[in-house]
Amino acid sequence: MARPILDIRDLSVSFATPRGSVEALRDVSLTVPQDSIVGIVGESGCGKTTLISTVLRLLAYNATVKSGEIVFEGENVLAMSDERLRDLRGRQVAMVFQDPMTALNPVLSIATQMLDIQYREPIPTTEKRRRAIDMLRRVGIPDPEHRLEGYPHHFSGGMRQRISIAMALLMNPALLIADEPTTALDVTLEAQIIRLLRDLKREFKGSILFVSHNLGLIAELCDEVVVMYAGEIVEQGSVRQLFHDARHPYTRLLLECDPARIEKASRHLPTIAGNLPDLAHLPGGCIFAPRCPRVHEPCRREAPQNYAASKGHDVRCFLVRDG
Amino acid sequence: MADAALLVAEGIRVRFRTVGFVRALIQGIRDPFIDAVLDVSFALGPGETFGLVGESGSGKTTLVRSIVGLVDLAAGVVRFDGATIVDRSDSGLRTIRRNVSMMFQDPVASLSPRKTVRALVTEPFHIHDMTDRDLDVEARQLMGMVGLPVQLLANYPHQLSGGQARRVGVARALALRPKLIIADEPTAGLDVSVQGEVLNLMNELQTDLGLSYIIVTHNLPMIRHVSDRLAIMYLGRFVEEGPTAAIFAAPRHPYTLALLGAVPQPDPDKRREEIGLIGEVPSLRNRPSGCEFHTRCLFAQERCRVEGPVLREIEPGRRVSCHFPRM
Repeated sequence: MARPILDIRDLSVSFATPRGSVEALRDVSLTVPQDSIVGIVGESGCGKTTLISTVLRLLAYNATVKSGEIVFEGENVLAMSDERLRDLRGRQVAMVFQDPMTALNPVLSIATQMLDIQYREPIPTTEKRRRAIDMLRRVGIPDPEHRLEGYPHHFSGGMRQRISIAMALLMNPALLIADEPTTALDVTLEAQIIRLLRDLKREFKGSILFVSHNLGLIAELCDEVVVMYAGEIVEQGSVRQLFHDARHPYTRLLLECDPARIEKASRHLPTIAGNLPDLAHLPGGCIFAPRCPRVHEPCRREAPQNYAASKGHDVRCFLVRDG
Repeated sequence: MADAALLVAEGIRVRFRTVGFVRALIQGIRDPFIDAVLDVSFALGPGETFGLVGESGSGKTTLVRSIVGLVDLAAGVVRFDGATIVDRSDSGLRTIRRNVSMMFQDPVASLSPRKTVRALVTEPFHIHDMTDRDLDVEARQLMGMVGLPVQLLANYPHQLSGGQARRVGVARALALRPKLIIADEPTAGLDVSVQGEVLNLMNELQTDLGLSYIIVTHNLPMIRHVSDRLAIMYLGRFVEEGPTAAIFAAPRHPYTLALLGAVPQPDPDKRREEIGLIGEVPSLRNRPSGCEFHTRCLFAQERCRVEGPVLREIEPGRRVSCHFPRM
């Protein structure tokens, strides 16, 4: 197998707070292979955003990487100099943020922003302009020659998210990180953006790390899926393994809760009882044990490791180890 | 059901001024208004849940805000419990606001950060001069109804989780024992596991208290489970209205069809290669000619470009505005 684009191994991150150390990520390992779309799914507070911030080294000042490494195309991101990091961000790893309203600078024209981002390229301005126009056309902005002169407020939400994607792809990055890129958009636009990401991936031969809490979008777009809960990866596998043969009780509950998966209309919708654990005072044993419907004796005593349910399908649950 | 309706809205129209008076005069703009809501009529029965769906800018929120008088009506009447709210005078509005509560979209932003939960849930009594009762008892009772521990009464909004803040929003809406609660995106921003909790709570309260709901949302999988009837809005008009189950089983308007088709299916074997709806919602300032949906409609014909369809009943309780409804 070819070398992966991104390889995260045993990553643990904690935040120093007045209440003590909050263990936001614990032993997270995940791989983004070449030319693939990997989805990270999980609810609020599961560590999705902390994880991608760590990859780009955008963590807050009170965060500490306690252990592990992040290898991007053979190079350890955690050991990079500031200068090397600037090169990494934007050129090799690009990011599309959740809110297209705030991702663009409101006082600069789209042209200025799209030309500025190419500052590293030793090419004339006319060429940079041509590239910007070309990229806007590819993400489906009509009449890009004229629209390039517009300001962000001239564009609708869906158009702005297309522009954000165009800017992210302008430097032809090896990895695109998309953090809930459609949450602020209507379903019709969401479908268009998902289609766009899929088409662009075919065209650009890069990989995408797609973060979402929307199971439908994950199913629609991703090849591999990682399920996170309270700072841990509880299950990972191919999209079919996850959606057709989920093995971790949390993944199963999450799938059951999705109203789109409930065939028969019902006034009573399933929920997951209980609350997220306090990451400053971790309970011993399995992190999901307090809310797990299938909890049994060893779960409260010791924390489970990753056990393979089948090839490429890892589950952090004793039920899988014990068959 | 029409004669026993709790709320009747007839011919509702809401206009917003987009160009100032002076600029309109200088530039010779004859019509400085846009119609955010146009010709909307519907009736809501007691104990019924009515869903309003549509894309951003379709006028869902403006419509419900006009019912409770948060925006002025340019035309149309609202009747509540048989009484016509003729003018938007103070007395008319008070009647409707005492009986109709609103749950706003952003649960945390709609709660004042400087007030305790106790102050927040008892605020409606102060506004409506009903402070003669024991507010501590009321506050505790409301907390019980929405399933929150009374200890939280001393907390401030930032100390609540998203789900708890949403429950406080429900408690505030319940305070005056309304007959109708209008919920604007009650589940936006909530995780699926918490979303169910809020909807189940709303459902229990409906059974216990005989409440009616109007739920504004763009979450189609959710509204399928919780509403009795549904209206789909496009550019400020109803394009389809009818029983929720019937609409989901067989959408008749091409827009409804496209909207339902845009919902991603949580099954990797059901990936769509085609997307049903192209382009974006046209500007309210330049409404398309004829049928306003013809610019995005996959089935548009010549007639659609010139002649606007009317919302007509095609089967009992089912209204569609399309020249060529789907079968």
